[in-house]
Amino acid sequence: MSEQTFELKGNLFTLSVLHLFSVDITQLRKELDEKISQAPKFFIGAPIVINLAKLHDTNVDFATLKQTLIDLQLNPVGICNGTEQQNEAAKAVKLSVLNYSKDNAKPVQPKQNNTEVVEVEKEVYLPPQIVQTTVRSGQQIYAKNRDLIVLGAVSHGAEVIADGNIHIYGTLRGRAIAGAQGYDEAAIYCQRLEAELVSINGSYWISDSLQGELWGKAAQVKQKNDSLEITALVKG
Amino acid sequence: MAKIIVVTSGKGGVGKTTSSAAIGTGLALKGYKTAIIDFDIGLRNLDLIMGCERRVVYDFVNVINGEANLNQALIKDKRVEKLFILPASQTRDKDALTREGVERVLNELKDKFDFIICDSPAGIEAGAMMALYFADEAIVTTNPEVSSVRDSDRILGILQSKSKRAEDGLEPVKEHLLLTRYNPSRVAAGEMLSVEDVQEILAIDLLGVIPESTAVLNASNSGQPVVLDGESDAGQAYNDAINRLLGEIVDFRFLNVEKKGILKRIFGG
Ligand SMILES: Nc1ncnc2c1ncn2[C@@H]1O[C@H](COP(=O)(O)OP(=O)(O)O)[C@@H](O)[C@H]1O
Ligand SMILES: [Mg+2]
Repeated sequence: MSEQTFELKGNLFTLSVLHLFSVDITQLRKELDEKISQAPKFFIGAPIVINLAKLHDTNVDFATLKQTLIDLQLNPVGICNGTEQQNEAAKAVKLSVLNYSKDNAKPVQPKQNNTEVVEVEKEVYLPPQIVQTTVRSGQQIYAKNRDLIVLGAVSHGAEVIADGNIHIYGTLRGRAIAGAQGYDEAAIYCQRLEAELVSINGSYWISDSLQGELWGKAAQVKQKNDSLEITALVKG
Repeated sequence: MAKIIVVTSGKGGVGKTTSSAAIGTGLALKGYKTAIIDFDIGLRNLDLIMGCERRVVYDFVNVINGEANLNQALIKDKRVEKLFILPASQTRDKDALTREGVERVLNELKDKFDFIICDSPAGIEAGAMMALYFADEAIVTTNPEVSSVRDSDRILGILQSKSKRAEDGLEPVKEHLLLTRYNPSRVAAGEMLSVEDVQEILAIDLLGVIPESTAVLNASNSGQPVVLDGESDAGQAYNDAINRLLGEIVDFRFLNVEKKGILKRIFGG
């Protein structure tokens, strides 16, 4: 029997997405540098996807952009939401063109004729994914298109991801990423907040920023003004 | 049909081999026919701690390769009736174990024994996976420190997802926590995690707490599993753990700093 040397499989990974609002790369370098210095461990070598949604059809100097990110010890892997032209330019410097469901919604086309079409949208209820045990170090759970409920704890070094909300009835010690596909009203609820990282719709806080009043307490994490807000879970 | 119990941890040097020897010997002392298998291929520690290193002729790998049969390789303990050791090979590497081979040996042992104790190597690579794959129960050996607790947590995740029981969708591997090298005065000083801290993180049943003890070192130096030293704190703590493994409810001992008695205070102790 000959041993196979490889196997190709699809998988899901969480990547940081850099939402680019301007093509001023000098300014970008300055601001990013500041951001990174707040949590260098989190960023060094981090794979980065550049979201061009906000740039419309501006020309982007991808070679310089890529080099800038590399200089900052990031690892740019691709772009998303580019125009055809931007995509071609990105490919030329070996950046992959990735699909990103959010922001992709096409504007609705006006009806072509006058016949009335009544579309009945079927309401689909996706029940939450429920994990009965503790999610252990090294394990990753992804609840696609739904909420995630964990009855145990989420250990250090474990990661739970949901496109919807995340409810953790034990202690959250690892990472929790809610609203992973862009649902900005997603929340993380946990009985005890001692997380390595919480993230909602791309905004994240690492443990250092979490160690305030609600550290070790029952808490909910939501997105607010592109940042996060942590409040007590039980209202007194 | 034997119960297969893996003694595992992720981290090295936490007391897996010491515990495998003590628990295996203790079960045999209580009349259960027990085999202890050394899965730490290439290191061979178990036979030293069991004091049978000079009687090793064939080993686990020889049996798997068909170079010897089980009866030739199993070493019968000279002190305890019903106790057998299957030593590891010192000359091979960890890849010498195949899943089919291990399964065949375990199946053969299962018919003749009550308990099979698998002493796992450290790490989460092939050797450790092999030791836990066929387990019915796991004794997760943990020291009261952060890195050991993390590694144990990792192993618990692997038991839940990569063991045969998990793959076949059977009842999950029964998990026990064995805290070893517990030093109450260092816990009191805040230098080590307490039993409660560790239990809170790992959230599995506590099988036993073995104190840090000079008796363990003396025992392994003389090739006597520490349960045979019934006077020692560690020996007694292992004995309590074995009784719990067999379903008894036993109070926990050796958790607190011992207050020195008046005589000890005068004469030193
Ligand atoms: N309760 C204990 N008190 C003191 N020393 C111990 C105790 N348990 C284990 N040790 C020592 O720790 C070392 C590692 O133990 P060992 O059982 O070989 O660990 P592992 O098999 O997990 O690598 C040995 O030197 C052993 O004597
Ligand atoms: Mg060992």
